Amino acid sequence: MSTLAVHDHGVVHHEEGHEHHKDTFISKYIFSMDHKMIAKQFLITGITMAFIAMTLSILFRIQLAYPDKAFPLLETLLGRFAPGGRLDPNFYLSLVTIHGTIMVFFVLTAGLSGTFSNLLIPLQVGARDMASPFMNMLSYWFFFLACVIMLSSFFVQKGPASGGWTVYPPLSALPKAMPGSEMGMTLWLISMVCFVASSLMGGINYVSTVLNMRTKGMDLWKMPLTIWAFFLTAVLGVLSFPVLVAGVVLLIFDRSMGTSFYLSDIVLNGKVMPFEGGSPILFEHLFWFLGHPEVYIVIMPAMGISSEIMSVNSRKPIFGYHAMVYSLIGITVLSFIVWGHHMFVTGMNPFLGGVFMITTLIIAVPSAVKTFNWLATLWRGNIRFKPAMLFAIGMVSFFISGGLTGIFLGNATLDINLHDTYFVVAHFHLVMGSAAIFGMLAGVYHWFPKMFGRLMDEKLGYLHFWLTFIGAYLVFFPMHFMGLDGVPRRYYAFTEFESMQKWLSVNTFVTWAAIMSALAQVAFLFNFVHSIFWGKKTTQNPWQANTLEWTAPVEHIHGNWPGEIPTVYRWPYDYSKPGQEEDFIMQTVPYSETMSSNIESDFEDNPVGLAEHTKWASTQRSNEEVK
Amino acid sequence: MMAQLRKEDKFNFAPKKFNMWIFIFTSFMLFAAFTSGFIVYSGGKKHAINVILPQSLMYSTVVILLSSVTLFLASRAAKSLSFSKQKLFLWLTLVLGVAFFALQLYSCSKLIDMGVYFINPNAAQSFVYVFIAMHLIHIIAALLLLLNTIKGSYSDIPQAKNLFKMEMTSIFWHFLDIVWIYLYVFLLLNQY
Repeated sequence: MSTLAVHDHGVVHHEEGHEHHKDTFISKYIFSMDHKMIAKQFLITGITMAFIAMTLSILFRIQLAYPDKAFPLLETLLGRFAPGGRLDPNFYLSLVTIHGTIMVFFVLTAGLSGTFSNLLIPLQVGARDMASPFMNMLSYWFFFLACVIMLSSFFVQKGPASGGWTVYPPLSALPKAMPGSEMGMTLWLISMVCFVASSLMGGINYVSTVLNMRTKGMDLWKMPLTIWAFFLTAVLGVLSFPVLVAGVVLLIFDRSMGTSFYLSDIVLNGKVMPFEGGSPILFEHLFWFLGHPEVYIVIMPAMGISSEIMSVNSRKPIFGYHAMVYSLIGITVLSFIVWGHHMFVTGMNPFLGGVFMITTLIIAVPSAVKTFNWLATLWRGNIRFKPAMLFAIGMVSFFISGGLTGIFLGNATLDINLHDTYFVVAHFHLVMGSAAIFGMLAGVYHWFPKMFGRLMDEKLGYLHFWLTFIGAYLVFFPMHFMGLDGVPRRYYAFTEFESMQKWLSVNTFVTWAAIMSALAQVAFLFNFVHSIFWGKKTTQNPWQANTLEWTAPVEHIHGNWPGEIPTVYRWPYDYSKPGQEEDFIMQTVPYSETMSSNIESDFEDNPVGLAEHTKWASTQRSNEEVK
Repeated sequence: MMAQLRKEDKFNFAPKKFNMWIFIFTSFMLFAAFTSGFIVYSGGKKHAINVILPQSLMYSTVVILLSSVTLFLASRAAKSLSFSKQKLFLWLTLVLGVAFFALQLYSCSKLIDMGVYFINPNAAQSFVYVFIAMHLIHIIAALLLLLNTIKGSYSDIPQAKNLFKMEMTSIFWHFLDIVWIYLYVFLLLNQY
């Protein structure tokens, strides 16, 4: 069946080209410039970072569940960070900070976009590689460097940065403010500069490749939604990361040179500091101008991946393809004018708060369009519940349940109550944390055969899905109620507060749910590693999908396709088209080969094709009459 | 076959030129962020720069405008295959670029003489240094790019590649010229 996919270009030109340049171990696996290898590098680094960040979260969950208990094992493992078997309060703050930083930037930005944009953009638009493979390689190595620097902060005397992943001044700007503001904070800043460099180089490449290197026939409206999502994500990154750089540069000046961009009227340890006239709110503006688009940088690739997977596994065209694209564009544009909703309680002018509230709530429109389209895609589909499909549906589920609470938080008045409570934690862990992770995992299960030439084990995939899905809800759902009751986030322990003590049992429950979900990831890790080496060999098009990447040979070659790059004739969602024998028609199949399933609307901008089609249809009709 | 494809790719400059344009967008956003930061800061605290900027900044503006002209002439020479002229104008551009750099540094020292320090309770004054420094970092990169193009004009490279190099340099250099004019006008408007 899958050989059908390439019979058009089946003339294989396996010529001497390959022997010309011998890949050494270093040029193939380390300083590789091949987008497929770079994608794998991003994925494996991303997964490693995800496991590290997950472990950090389990550590602080243990503290929240058992604030009064000592675990001697912790001291053995963490040394001075857990004296007497209890987490040091400063280290707790570091854990929260680094967990957030790694998850948002290293896993869900680099790990997600880096992996799938790199893998899929050239393969799905029909290009030999990225616009600049060299820059692509640099992008990975800057990312790797950023990871190493970030993790190295665990080995400095005073521990890693601990002012929260948003690194607001003055905590982050005054090295003496807390232990985490010293060397740890410096390393955090250096790491982020490397990270932004990596992100920008990647993003520039993605945008350029999508716009310049599409194969013949691949106009913008024939691109899969994955590509649209990666493209718009890259646009967001390119426009917003420089603003973070500006904020960070000024922060570095305040930290190390004594300027007063963000600082004013500071008394530290009883000593009046010389800073005057600065405003920490300025940093918040600069940070959230990146920070808000950043959450869409995290979720949009997951949306694109889920759209593609849900269409393939429902054996139905995606519902509302154009609406999907326009809502992605809408989200992209709107995401730049909502950052103020993170700052409602900074003393912002209430009128301005109202403006940001309205723009924020408008984002619900494109988000809802997407959600309904996903549900409509599933509706009466011939659904195959592959692990990838389950994760894609899970993504939609989290996006809905997390998105609903966004409407509460986007409201400037309600936010006075809810700001900095567990309600916020619950909201964003569902809507961008879990949803984006599920999108990423869906992508891993779906494109694993493309990456490694083997299939992942489905049974372990199901186990992984259900434990993670249930676990994530058990972890984050109760947090809504804690937040409504006013329990603040980032606190070390709630034992000192009479009104919050009743939540201890819930915290214990949440911790055990978190441990369960963490263990479920071991099933994934085993499956992932085992399948790379010993998984079942895949066929060329294991999911009977339409997109171009499945026309490339399983065996990875430099340049992706032997011989010519296939030409594209149709959109990527011709699944279960009436009149066609198979339930999928690949993008590379011309309309002349599918006369029986062509419909008039296929030829909107193609009068010659339409004439052919009408002629064929009338012949068919007259034949019918003869019978 | 593959070798040939790689060769084809080598002369497909469109995506690489496009990369430069996107880089310019990122860089534009960086300066937009700094100037917006300035507006938020000075608006919130009612601070302005509160000094008359040194004249030398004006001269540096003239110099960088001239360098854009010479680079344009170099491009035109390259297109009309008069390579010696191309080299001459490239060198002129480089000299003017270095002169701009020097004038900016001189302006900074002038500012310091005037008592306008980087470490300053009025961050509006610190911002002047930030604008200049961030722009000069870009200028260093542009000068390196220019040197590379000059080097290219001396070696035996295909004309297509020569023009490509010229174009990349031009896009970047003219952009930095425009950014500086933007920053300078912005600073002038916020003097008091």
